[in-house]
Amino acid sequence: MTSILKVNSLTKNFQTNIAVNDISFQIKKGQCFGMLGPNGAGKTTTIEIMEGITQPTSGEVFYKGKPIGHLFREQCGIQFQHTALQDFLSVRETLKLFAGLYPKTSDLDDLIQRCNLESFLDSDNRKLSGGQRQRMLLAIALINDPEIVFLDEPTTGLDPQARHNFWDLIKNVLSRGTTIILSTHYMEEAAELCDEIIIMDRGHIIAQGPPNQLLQQHFNEQLVRIPEQKLPKTSIEKLKQPDDFQHILFQSTSFQNDGWVEISTTDVNKTISNLIRDGVDLNFLQIRQRNLEDLFLELTGKGLRE
Amino acid sequence: MKRFLAILHARNLEFIRDRAALSWGFLFPTALMMGFALLFSNGDQELYKVGILGELNHPFHESRYINFISVKNIEQAITKVERHQLDLLIDPKQLRYWVNSSSPSGYVAEQMLKASGGKTFKENNVSGKEIRYIDWLIPGVLGMNMMFSALFGIGFVIVRYRKNGVLKRLKGTPLTATEFLMAQIVSRLILILFVSTTVYIGCHLILNFSMYGSYISLFLVFTLGSLAMIALGLLVASRLKSDELAAGITNAISIPMMLLSGVWFSLEGSPQWITFISKLLPLTHVVDASRAIMLDGASLIDVSHHIVALIAMMLLFLFLGVKLFRWE
Ligand SMILES: Nc1ncnc2c1ncn2[C@@H]1O[C@H](COP(=O)(O)OP(=O)(O)OP(=O)(O)O)[C@@H](O)[C@H]1O
Ligand SMILES: [Mg+2]
Repeated sequence: MTSILKVNSLTKNFQTNIAVNDISFQIKKGQCFGMLGPNGAGKTTTIEIMEGITQPTSGEVFYKGKPIGHLFREQCGIQFQHTALQDFLSVRETLKLFAGLYPKTSDLDDLIQRCNLESFLDSDNRKLSGGQRQRMLLAIALINDPEIVFLDEPTTGLDPQARHNFWDLIKNVLSRGTTIILSTHYMEEAAELCDEIIIMDRGHIIAQGPPNQLLQQHFNEQLVRIPEQKLPKTSIEKLKQPDDFQHILFQSTSFQNDGWVEISTTDVNKTISNLIRDGVDLNFLQIRQRNLEDLFLELTGKGLRE
Repeated sequence: MKRFLAILHARNLEFIRDRAALSWGFLFPTALMMGFALLFSNGDQELYKVGILGELNHPFHESRYINFISVKNIEQAITKVERHQLDLLIDPKQLRYWVNSSSPSGYVAEQMLKASGGKTFKENNVSGKEIRYIDWLIPGVLGMNMMFSALFGIGFVIVRYRKNGVLKRLKGTPLTATEFLMAQIVSRLILILFVSTTVYIGCHLILNFSMYGSYISLFLVFTLGSLAMIALGLLVASRLKSDELAAGITNAISIPMMLLSGVWFSLEGSPQWITFISKLLPLTHVVDASRAIMLDGASLIDVSHHIVALIAMMLLFLFLGVKLFRWE
């Protein structure tokens, strides 16, 4: 597949603060490209440079092989992280306003239906719920029938149900072959939607690839979880000094704040039989896969949302 | 053009639906003028105004309750006597004076001159309808209202849009800054002219003020004046991101402009530097030109220097405003 957008050693400084530090990547046509990272990682700055809204300190962005220029505005769709719309306009009027700004537009009725806007089309756009508002902003981003759409944290602040609804809309857009660049703080969102992700921290890309591949690369073990109170004292002692007890096969153990002990292991069978031998009650035992959240923690030593 | 019209339409809808701002736009100037009409309904100043050509060395000069104003241009001064703006005009060198035979205060001032030994002065009679203060005030208040509407209307909207991110959203579309700004200007211009016309007609019905000139000339002056002041509003708003700062700067421009443009009182006889500053203010030219048209029946040629000044200011402010404009 060919790349539709190419970012070449992008750097952006705000005074002494380096928001984006020499990053490069390519986005393939039709894929959903995820950008993850904690607050202040540089996601928005990078996205706005790609959109042509912010001028980079150095580096280039190429769309279909050519540097982005003013015309790119006609070809891309944008949903900003923070935005406001004209006061006193209804949703329908706002859509018409934006439709009036582009030479080529999507069919409005179709767009309204795809983004589920029917029920509040005539409401003042300041009086929408969070989910309604994000859906309207998505419709505006799609109004020029763009080949590439930038969505900066479109689901932040939505409740789980609204978030899942929004995912369906995004999947619908992807199914039409539109390229999407999506930033998010939610790992499950990236895992659900994205073909490829970059994880950013302090202006750097610290990991890049398809979500599953990234997890396989970094983790070949699984987590066995037991509540700390269900463990006999002796086992706790053993787990705390793993080197002295080679008979339990595990790579690391961590005592979580929430009262759970997590044993990371490459051989679940062996770990469990060791626990049984120690007389541990397995009624509360959980086994889970490593996820992107763990990956982030592993890479940066901190959580994604602190 | 399509983009310009889309923004213009949205802006107009927004304004029409903003009831509070809309009613204020009409109520403020109307209430102001009605208030003044009431205040000055017995229309007389207590002081007598006597114009002096050159120097007056005469006992009359010692009289109390008389405001002596030194005048240079005899024709203009005589016109003022005709309009009841001067009660008496004295030319001490040639020992003659002018008085309006239909003016009671002119008669009193004339008697005072005679009583203080001015019998040797030769009398010249002129006549003419009195110009009430309210007649004189109308062009000023209309102009001032235009200024407030232009500066506050345009500046605040743009600064607020910039602050809350509306401008950033628009920046993400093919819309150009010039298209956006032109739509704002045209929307505001339509509004100002509509409000001014309505207020003009309303006040005319109630106050029956004088209008000796051509409505087309007056409309042209008001249009150019509004454009110049809207462009000034744009210039102020071209970069600011804070409402408070915008309010401060707009007040710092509009209040001196209101005082120094001869809206409320004539600046004649003020120190030279005030006259100089007033010439730099667009409102001065709007007020002077419209006053000349309404009260003297002046033609566009008569007020052409004001028109040139307004066009020059408009172009300058527009050029700078567009040049300095930032979406964010
Ligand atoms: N206009 C600006 N002026 C100065 N500094 C800025 C500006 N915009 C962003 N920054 C700084 O650049 C860094 C990156 O910010 P950015 O908004 O790109 O992060 P982000 O990854 O989008 O964070 P979030 O998840 O909170 O949206 C931050 O340290 C921020 O303070
Ligand atoms: Mg951000």
